[in-house]
Amino acid sequence: MSESWPQWEIFVRSEAGLAHKHVGSLHAADARMALENARDLYTRRNEGVSIWVVESTDVHAIDPSEAEAFFEPSQDKQYRHPTFYHVPDGVKHL
Amino acid sequence: MYTQMSDGIDGNPNAADEREGAFNARLDRAVKIESPDWMPEAYRKTLLRQISQHAHSEIVGMLPEGNWITRAPSLQRKAILLAKVQDEAGHGLYLYSAAETLGTPRDEMVAALHSGKAKYSSIFNYPTLAWADVGAIGWLVDGAAIINQIPITRCSYGPYARAMVRICKEESFHQRQGFDIMWTLAHGTPEQHAMAQDALDRWWWPAVMMFGPPDSESVHNEQSLRWKIKLFTNDELRQKFVDQVVPQSERLGLKIPDPDLRWNEATQHYEIGQVDWDEFYRVIRGDGPCNRERLQARIDAWDEGTWVRDAAAEYARKHAARSVA
Ligand SMILES: [Fe+2]
Ligand SMILES: [Fe+2]
Repeated sequence: MSESWPQWEIFVRSEAGLAHKHVGSLHAADARMALENARDLYTRRNEGVSIWVVESTDVHAIDPSEAEAFFEPSQDKQYRHPTFYHVPDGVKHL
Repeated sequence: MYTQMSDGIDGNPNAADEREGAFNARLDRAVKIESPDWMPEAYRKTLLRQISQHAHSEIVGMLPEGNWITRAPSLQRKAILLAKVQDEAGHGLYLYSAAETLGTPRDEMVAALHSGKAKYSSIFNYPTLAWADVGAIGWLVDGAAIINQIPITRCSYGPYARAMVRICKEESFHQRQGFDIMWTLAHGTPEQHAMAQDALDRWWWPAVMMFGPPDSESVHNEQSLRWKIKLFTNDELRQKFVDQVVPQSERLGLKIPDPDLRWNEATQHYEIGQVDWDEFYRVIRGDGPCNRERLQARIDAWDEGTWVRDAAAEYARKHAARSVA
């Protein structure tokens, strides 16, 4: 008998104050092994202070073919940006 | 919309052509391709072949150097070599991870290596006969790898480019520790100097061949350049390598084993003699000095590790069942 270990997506926080960032994936039998393998694989040179591991099958994403329609609602709302508004000459702190 | 451009050009307005047109337009705008994006099947196949062969090379590449870990001349050299070889394992895993985003499981790639269907870099089929070989490998082989890999950090496929950024950051340590070994030997006793020269004599031509066949014979060059999987041709990269290494060998006081090597004042480049491409093809086909040994070592490592992988999977299963209960 030989089976493949599940695949895990790895997220590393490089320093306190920054968000965890996706760095790649690896295979491990369970979460603990995934964390230890992630340490050996992605933080050999002090690249991290924290690691998240998530089984790849638990990550859900949009299909690229629907991306255009999916993000369409934010395309035509220029008024959400401060640059949309005219600031009269001489007005400060606005 | 840019997809319509392809209709005008080839007059064949079916959906596949539109997608291909959009794909090419994206490459032209230097927008990276990411894993779930549509891509031509030939692009996917070429990438999968290139990335998985690159991964296999990193993994097989641990063997020649691993040969010297227990016999390194000092504790520090041993610690450095261990760290270097561990990095190569890491490079292999970054690359398998990038290749898996193309939808092929890692086990399938490993099986292709073990069956002999997938190739790896010809350089790792040469033996490491002396400690100086570890120096020559770091200096020349990792040096050549850097020249090959830096452009790939800008390639069109996002996961491959990102893996390559990590790899390139680590390679310069590999190159320097190798040069440092060569420097120490070249400035040591006459016997040590001779050992360094002997390693250069044996590794020079195989390193020159690492960039692949000359452009006139390379089958993959043109399409890969168009897809931005490759950014320079084999001969361009090889020239860069020669131009960097020749002055370094002079500083070391070692002689490149090529009687035809000369500086061309007009082109401002070094010119090398005739490469023995028959040897290159022989080694690629499986008849290098160590091909069988290398592949067998990988297969044995995989087979002998089966019970460990199975035990860990069983432990994980029992643990999961217990925490549910
Ligand atoms: Fe490497
Ligand atoms: Fe390396």
